Amino acid sequence: MTRNERRKLGMGLLFISPWLIGFALFGIYPICMAVYYSFCDYDVLRSAVWVGPMNYTDMMSDDVFWKAIYNTLFYALFSVPLGLMLALVIAVLLNRPIAGRSFFRTFFYIPSIVPLVAVAMVWMWLFNGDLGLMNYGLSLIGIEGPQWLADASWTKPTLILSSVWQVGGAMVLFLAGLQDVPKSLYESADLDGANPLGQFWHISVPMVSPVIYFNLIIGIIGSIQEFVKPFVMLPGGGENRSALLFAVYIYENAFLYGNMGYACAMAIVLFFIIMFLTWLATRAMGRHVYYAGE
Amino acid sequence: MPRTGVQLFRFVVLTIGSLIFMVPLLWMISTALKPIDQTMSMPPKWTPKQWTATVDGETLEIGLGKVPEDATDQTPVPVTAAFQWGVEREGQRIPVRMRRDDAEADTVTVEMSHHWEWTREGKTNPVRRLDHDSENAASAEGQVLVAVIDEDGGLRRQTVPEAELVKIYGTTHDAVNRSYSDSVTLTLPREQVTRAYVRWNQRQEHAYVKTQTLELPYGDIHESVVPQWGNFAGSIKEMGQFGRYLRNTLVLCFLTVLGTVCSCSVVAYGFSRIEWPGRDKIFYVVLGTMMIPFPVIMVPLYGVFRDLGWIGTLKPLWVPTFFAGAFNVFLLRQFFRTIPKELSEAARIDGCSEFRIFLQVILPLCKPAITVVALFQFLGTWNDFLGPLIYLTDQKDYTLALGLQFFQSQQGGTQWHYLMAASTLVVAPIIILFFMAQRMFIEGISMSGLKG
Repeated sequence: MTRNERRKLGMGLLFISPWLIGFALFGIYPICMAVYYSFCDYDVLRSAVWVGPMNYTDMMSDDVFWKAIYNTLFYALFSVPLGLMLALVIAVLLNRPIAGRSFFRTFFYIPSIVPLVAVAMVWMWLFNGDLGLMNYGLSLIGIEGPQWLADASWTKPTLILSSVWQVGGAMVLFLAGLQDVPKSLYESADLDGANPLGQFWHISVPMVSPVIYFNLIIGIIGSIQEFVKPFVMLPGGGENRSALLFAVYIYENAFLYGNMGYACAMAIVLFFIIMFLTWLATRAMGRHVYYAGE
Repeated sequence: MPRTGVQLFRFVVLTIGSLIFMVPLLWMISTALKPIDQTMSMPPKWTPKQWTATVDGETLEIGLGKVPEDATDQTPVPVTAAFQWGVEREGQRIPVRMRRDDAEADTVTVEMSHHWEWTREGKTNPVRRLDHDSENAASAEGQVLVAVIDEDGGLRRQTVPEAELVKIYGTTHDAVNRSYSDSVTLTLPREQVTRAYVRWNQRQEHAYVKTQTLELPYGDIHESVVPQWGNFAGSIKEMGQFGRYLRNTLVLCFLTVLGTVCSCSVVAYGFSRIEWPGRDKIFYVVLGTMMIPFPVIMVPLYGVFRDLGWIGTLKPLWVPTFFAGAFNVFLLRQFFRTIPKELSEAARIDGCSEFRIFLQVILPLCKPAITVVALFQFLGTWNDFLGPLIYLTDQKDYTLALGLQFFQSQQGGTQWHYLMAASTLVVAPIIILFFMAQRMFIEGISMSGLKG
């Protein structure tokens, strides 16, 4: 290494030192401790006691754990694809010049930046079984709406609906992606007589496939960790724990029941679930993602 | 298919779609401006209404009962009016509660509420007189033993000159229900106790309000749209420590934005403008940390902060932002890379230190990117819920997000007008910020996802 290189290395490390320190303190150390605690009996008051893989074997026979896993996968399975599709459809509709376009974009985007606690409040009010606007709207078309937040079979759909409302971020990403699609592609498709639906399937979707992939991964990571809305709207997981999501169950174990070791073990499982789903999504989409210029 | 047809179809779909997307927020604002009984009316109405009619020769705000669908101007409909009994005291009308009203008798028995206030050195405190019961009788001539109530609700006993005490009659609902209010029962000549109507939508603020149901011809009732702006003040009062929540949130926003901007720009500089061996490999590690789910590090982090004695303080929520979060480093690095190398080279030849190049050459060019990072950090801190939930223990340290949830869990979901007013207060600054910096929001989002 020349003197100049060494100088540059020193300079580079100096500049990134805030991150290096932060990574050690709030990254590596907590991760290692999380793995260690997951093999321990640990709570706030006592120091950790090594118990081997007991936390993991306990999980196998914990019905609530399986329920939380089921609920979370159910939630992710519907909310992620539904949100993606909705975001893509809105983006495609907004992509070409239209009167009031920036207004429409604003209206679709704003819900995604509203604080989640406030969103939870508003949805609790909208989906109130007796006084809610939702059930009133349904009654106008002759449907008697359910007790959304109190009926075990409707709690998860309520959460999914409320998540679909906040697709603004994904929509803006799609819009940015669509804007990079060369106009000439659509023009020649027009000349060939391709209809809008055909153009959507054969031009828009392949051209924004990297964004679909990105949004899918972000969506999976986000939905598996979903916490605020289920925690606020359905305390304790709601009726019969029907909407107890995994992150909420981890929180409950760590900070309400004092089973911090067990919570860590579940968090590790959560990490592997996310990894697995990301891998799955990558495999499923990998060949279909089209990168311009490759 | 003609192009105009497709355009029209798109326009209609977008209009309906964006209206549906706005419904939750519009309904939140609509509810926030309603009096409580209208939040529970079925069918729901979009605007806060106020009905007026003439009752006993007095034009009055009233509540409207169920109106038959085929009502004409002559149809009698049930309305409710709110009234108080009251007596004159020192030129002031004091509301009273009717205790016994024997139609035969010339006198009626009423209950009246008051409390005492003690002013010294310009500071007024409510006090509770302790000389009513014999055990705590007045200690000396003209001196009274009282319990002084501090601003934070604490009590201390003190002897004060009777002349410094002022009797305040309770006229509001809150005043008569306070723990230090005293009530006296009086028997008065019937003609001294008079009835007066109060405005229907304000009836909950007054003391000892009773309601009565009347029937009036439908045509005599006037309807107007009157938003209850007072709900915002009401919700702030109900939330208890709204001012503290707001202050804590703003302090946190300031510190986290400062921390993120300072640390992330320095680190991003190190990852983009200096070429050192192993740089890009380490940068992959930075990107990798974005994959770590928060629940994994949640418990050990709690342990770290507990060992530092930071639990129950705001520190766990802002100190880490001074150590450069991966996502913002990534964003800024992408932007820094677009600045031509020649600029730094020229400055280096002029003998500038690396830090001066960063401060005086690169940073001024990167204002847009830094603003985006600051904006999203502000948004993130304002909206954060899990962090405050875990680390804050004392209500006076709560942030707005946590305070809102605390308020909701406390009042058990009945006062929807207050809950929606409070939600509106938490949401409004974000919406205003969005309209002020709309372009930056959209660019920021696009930057984060694409130019990777």
